[in-house]
Amino acid sequence: MSAPIKETADAPVRGPVAKTPVRPGDDRSEGVVLNVFSHGFLALWALLIILPLLWLVLSSFKTDTQIGGSAFGWPQNWSLDVFGRAWDKGIGDYFLNTVIVLVFSVPLTMLFGSMAAYVLARYEFWGNRFLYYFFVAGAMFPVFLALVPLFFMVKRLDMLNTYQGLILVYVAYSMPFTVFFMHAFFRTLPTAVFEAAILDGASHSRTFFQVMLPMAKPGLVSVGIFNTLGQWNQFILPTVLMQPQSGDDPERYVLTQGLIQLQQQQGYASDLPVLFAGVTIAMIPMLVVYLSFQRQVQAGLTSATLK
Amino acid sequence: MRKGQHRFVAGFLFVPVALYLIFVIWPYIQTFGYSLTDWKGQSQTFKFVGLDNYKALFEDDVFMQAIWHNILFLIFIPAITILLALFFAFMLNAGGRSRAGGVSGVAGSSFYKVVYFFPQVLSLAIVAVLFNAVYRSDGGGLLNGFLIKLGLVDAQNPMEWLNEPNLVLWMLMIAVVWHGVGFYLVLFSAAMQSIPKDIYEAALIDGAGRNQSFFRITLPLLWESVQTAWVYLGIVAMDMFVLVSSMTQNMGAYGGGPDHKSDVMSTVMMRNFQYFGKSGYACAMGVVMLLLTLVLSVVMLRATRRDRVEF
Repeated sequence: MSAPIKETADAPVRGPVAKTPVRPGDDRSEGVVLNVFSHGFLALWALLIILPLLWLVLSSFKTDTQIGGSAFGWPQNWSLDVFGRAWDKGIGDYFLNTVIVLVFSVPLTMLFGSMAAYVLARYEFWGNRFLYYFFVAGAMFPVFLALVPLFFMVKRLDMLNTYQGLILVYVAYSMPFTVFFMHAFFRTLPTAVFEAAILDGASHSRTFFQVMLPMAKPGLVSVGIFNTLGQWNQFILPTVLMQPQSGDDPERYVLTQGLIQLQQQQGYASDLPVLFAGVTIAMIPMLVVYLSFQRQVQAGLTSATLK
Repeated sequence: MRKGQHRFVAGFLFVPVALYLIFVIWPYIQTFGYSLTDWKGQSQTFKFVGLDNYKALFEDDVFMQAIWHNILFLIFIPAITILLALFFAFMLNAGGRSRAGGVSGVAGSSFYKVVYFFPQVLSLAIVAVLFNAVYRSDGGGLLNGFLIKLGLVDAQNPMEWLNEPNLVLWMLMIAVVWHGVGFYLVLFSAAMQSIPKDIYEAALIDGAGRNQSFFRITLPLLWESVQTAWVYLGIVAMDMFVLVSSMTQNMGAYGGGPDHKSDVMSTVMMRNFQYFGKSGYACAMGVVMLLLTLVLSVVMLRATRRDRVEF
């Protein structure tokens, strides 16, 4: 720690920007300039984020000719009809499909991930280290490496374009990270509680479900948020695995896939407001969840990547 | 160890390991095998062709160009995102009126954090639709509309942002950076706040200015977060599938236009796999992507290695 401080101590002598020890008045004026400057930049970036999103939402209330005409026309068509049309054009189905998949895939990911992580973190047995690295190594490889054989594997299991197929694949691909993170988390939990439970005669699985898992709740929340967002926003896996396999096989697109599909259709159909309404519908749950759990989402995502 | 315990361990591991083996590990391994065959996917028969696929890859101009585009993304996406995120994190945390050497945050810093982070929770599919609308090639696009208002673009002849060979990669990069800056800002900001204030106070007493305390204290202590950020952004840059395939002109399928000027490895691979049905060839591309990822991580970790500072 001493090195950087020593350097700054020398700095006034040789640094070009160095000045004599700061006088209070001097510092304040520098502070004001920087304050205005930083607020300027910060506000500019905030606008660059809010304005395009707002503009897109407002565009769902425009007519198609208006959208093609000028970027700054004020919307004229203030009716919620367009959202109904977007819902019927597929967004409703895509939404439902995504929810069906996630309702199963996220809890299963958390359950199997923490089961494996718990056993690896808390029990000594032959091959423990190997299994741990076996799980964690998966996080290093790009998903594209597996894509072709994965497609044929799921095809052989007759699970292409089925919910269960996508659910199992999501669970499997979320394993490395979930095991990695929960392993670290179970390691930090005190052993005394675990021993007390075993001494009291609780079975191993009962200790896990009724003692250890509740204690791991903060970790579960972080990884849960991470996995939910990751699976909700997943694109490449459904693109490969959720294509109708024959003429009478119904479409089971998830939301991300469906939006891109809608973008192509609506481009041809010249009904872009429907597309923008669809995006708005897709954004609303994210916005609501994000604003209500903003702190947990930020903490969950950043801590999850840092561990 | 008692017998019950072994049964418990095995019982808990069985399903996770089985799923992971079937859907992740086995396909990873199979890819290497298939990459040595001329498998077309539809037919059940294929024959061993040795390294022919790899030889063909290096003569495939489209794939070579795609590697080059990934490398450009690898350089610029992390650099731009990290610089912007560091800049904004610094402004948020140290831009305020300083009493103790630049550690107080600006007013409203939590508002900024909420706004900046929001794009990160949106899917890249939404980002793609949004930026497609922003980049529209007529006056109805936000970017063209804005530049026409400023008189920088001719209203009769607006820019086709995603159809300009020299621009398309940069336009995609803007979308990625827009999506990612907030996340890394929050990451860096948390790291900055964990730096003890007395270090700044000591530096202030020693006569260090704002810039000095940033470059000589904050940045060195943030190095580990910067490294993490670089790795994650590197992964983003190696992928790029969603944006390229849904924003650029189709070269048969999965974007890549104009004239393959925006193709990346992932889109070329998917096109060969699903559109041309060349499964074996696509597998060889997957292997190349893996090798490049591994090389990248080793290089990154070596190049950015610093002594770890505990505080």
